[in-house]
This record gives sequence, structure tokens and C-alpha cells, in this order.
Amino acid sequence: MAVEVRVTGSMQKFLRGQKSVPAEGSTVLDVLNHVEADYPGFRDLVMSDGQLHRFVNVYLNDEDVRYLQQLDTGLKDGDILSVLPALAGGAA
Amino acid sequence: MLAESVLDTIGNTPVVRLTHLSPPGVNVYAKLEGFNPTGSVKDRIAHFMIKAAEESRDLTPDKIVLEPTSGNTGISLAMVCRAKGYRLLCVLPDNVTEERESLLRAFGAEVVYAENATTTNDAVYKAQQMVAEDPERYFMPYQYGNENNPRAHYKTTGPEILHDVPDIDVFVAGLGTGGTLTGVGHYLKDNQPDVKVVAAVPHPGDLVQGLRAIEEGFIPPVLDESVLDGRIVVDSISSFNMTKELMEKEAIFAGISGGAVVKVAVRVAERMESGNVVALLADGGWKYLSTDLWAKDWGEPHEEVQGKIWW
Repeated sequence: MAVEVRVTGSMQKFLRGQKSVPAEGSTVLDVLNHVEADYPGFRDLVMSDGQLHRFVNVYLNDEDVRYLQQLDTGLKDGDILSVLPALAGGAA
Repeated sequence: MLAESVLDTIGNTPVVRLTHLSPPGVNVYAKLEGFNPTGSVKDRIAHFMIKAAEESRDLTPDKIVLEPTSGNTGISLAMVCRAKGYRLLCVLPDNVTEERESLLRAFGAEVVYAENATTTNDAVYKAQQMVAEDPERYFMPYQYGNENNPRAHYKTTGPEILHDVPDIDVFVAGLGTGGTLTGVGHYLKDNQPDVKVVAAVPHPGDLVQGLRAIEEGFIPPVLDESVLDGRIVVDSISSFNMTKELMEKEAIFAGISGGAVVKVAVRVAERMESGNVVALLADGGWKYLSTDLWAKDWGEPHEEVQGKIWW
């Protein structure tokens, strides 16, 4: 599956300044491994010990994969994975 | 309806079926928290936090209530403090609009700026410092960490929703402090375990530039993530568009997070064959008039909208 991985803010430095990169894979984990191959260090930003990092949310299109099948969530062509830091309550 | 005090008019807000936005077979309902006395859901938690602090003697008449907030919570606390005779001091970040400050002052709050503070986090830090230096002088409710925030929703908002929509299947609310989702979510699941709870979260966009490390992300202590069954991110333009659509199709004048929450509720409803979805709309549109939201066409990305979190 050909998908797009998007990051924001401080995470762009792990993708050599890019906001988004193309990637391949049939699950979220596949894609993270694929990106890791091109951009070493990226996977550690998102997960540790085989789990998603608590302060990072990975969205498949607009849905948090933590509430789908986590790292095993299946992907289809054209999907967008967004990696966003957990940030709540902007103005409050 | 006759009340002894304005505080007795908090809650019991209306729930309205969104006739034109509900997909076939499913009912999407909006609980309109803009009907509270200061126009937002925060009246509930302000009242609960102050009442509990009086009971525990953390708040006594000689103390000043201090809270880092430039938004709805400050206005709600100002109303509750004025009704009960306390002074309220709000700590604001530098970039608060003049309109917000005027509103806080109109409700009787005193205002102090946290120097060089651009985010709520900086204002929180400044407020914590002030309390640490003079703990006898101040009481800080701290909505992000005060258990009476979710408790207010467990005791009032949750029961109201179940009373009005007994066959609720999904509850959707915005993720700010997490108090609404945690309190309402637990109440609904304690009474009807099959209910699903879905959070609408703002897309942080370029705002995240300021974060030096992921660990600077913030999960509010009052948010119990175990109560969530889903989390859907909504960008600012989609929130603006749905807020406008709510007015055009349903004649409901909601705040911007209300647009985001309805967007998520409709999305969830479209995947269901039948059932009932309740979305909590945290405030009315009044405080967002200066955005021109209802007059502009938001088809194209606007930088001034994307670079800011609106709730």
C-alpha cells in the first residue's frame, strides 16, 4: 500500500525538514518500519517497547489508531498517517 | 422558572435534535451548553470546584481565587466568585485579545499578565509560582487537575443526558481538560455499559512548533483515557465550516469547538444504521463574533485560522 506520513512541528527534523513523506506498508507498524529505513530514529519517536508512545497520537486519516487496531491497523492505498503530539486544551 | 440565585440556573441545558444534519435512521442530538448563565459548560465545573473548596476549607473568605485562564473557565469562575463574594484573579498569557480581557473584567475578575507567556502552559506556570510564594493568600482551583471538574459532569451533565436521551449509543465531546469526556463518559458507562465515548480533538497544526520534545505534550491529569472508545482530530477549517453549517441548517449559534464536535458526531452517525448520538456543544457563538466566521467563505485555507487552536 502506498501511503503518506505527515508530521508537524518539532518532528519535522526527523524527516530532514519535510512535513510529509511517501511510505509503503499494509499496517501502521509496516509503515513506521519503512520510514525508519529512510530516516533512522523516526520510529523511536513514535513508539517504544513495541507500543505507541503515550505522548504521541498516530491518526489514520483523522482517527486515532490507538482505538482501532493500534500498530496492526490495516491501511489502504492513499491513506494518510499523521503523527501528532498529545496536546489538549488550547485556549481553555 | 424561579431561582434564588443565578447559581441555581446552571445546568439543565436543552438537547436539540439536529433534524437536517442527522443521516437517515440515526438521530444526532446537540446538548447546548451555551444556555448556562455565562454561556458555557464551564459554569458547571466552576460552581463545583468553588463549592468543594469551601467545604474542605481550602477556600476561606480571606483568600483570593487564582486561575490561569483566558477563556470560558475564567468567566465562569468570575460569575461564581461574584455571586459568593470572593475575589478572582486570572493569570493570562500575553497574547489574549482585548475583548477577552474586557469580558473577564466585566464579570468582576481582576487580571494579571504572565510576562513573556504565549501559551496556557506558561500562564499555568506563573500561577503556580504565585501560589507557591504565598500559599495563605491564594486558592487555585486548577481545572486540569481538579477532580471536581469531572465530578461536576458525573453528577449533572451525565444524568441530564441519560434522562433526555435514555437510548443513547454514542457520546461525543471536545477534548480540552478532559473533564467532560471523563465525567459524562463514566456516568453513562456505569449506567449503560454499551455506550461509546468519542473525543473530538483540535488539529494542532503548526502550533506544535514551540514544542521542543514530545514529552512537552500535555495529558491533563483529570482526563481518564480509558473511558474513550475513539479519538478523531478536526482541523480548524472543518470546525469553522461546520459551525457555520449549524447556523445555516439548524439555526444553532454555537462556538467553534461545537462545530468540531458536531462534525465528529455526524461522521460517527454516518457509520451507524440506527441509533442515537449526543454531541455536547460547549458554548455559544458570541465570543467568536470577531472571527467573522459566519460571514466569510472558508473554502480556502486561511493562515490566521490554521495557526491557532480555537478551543
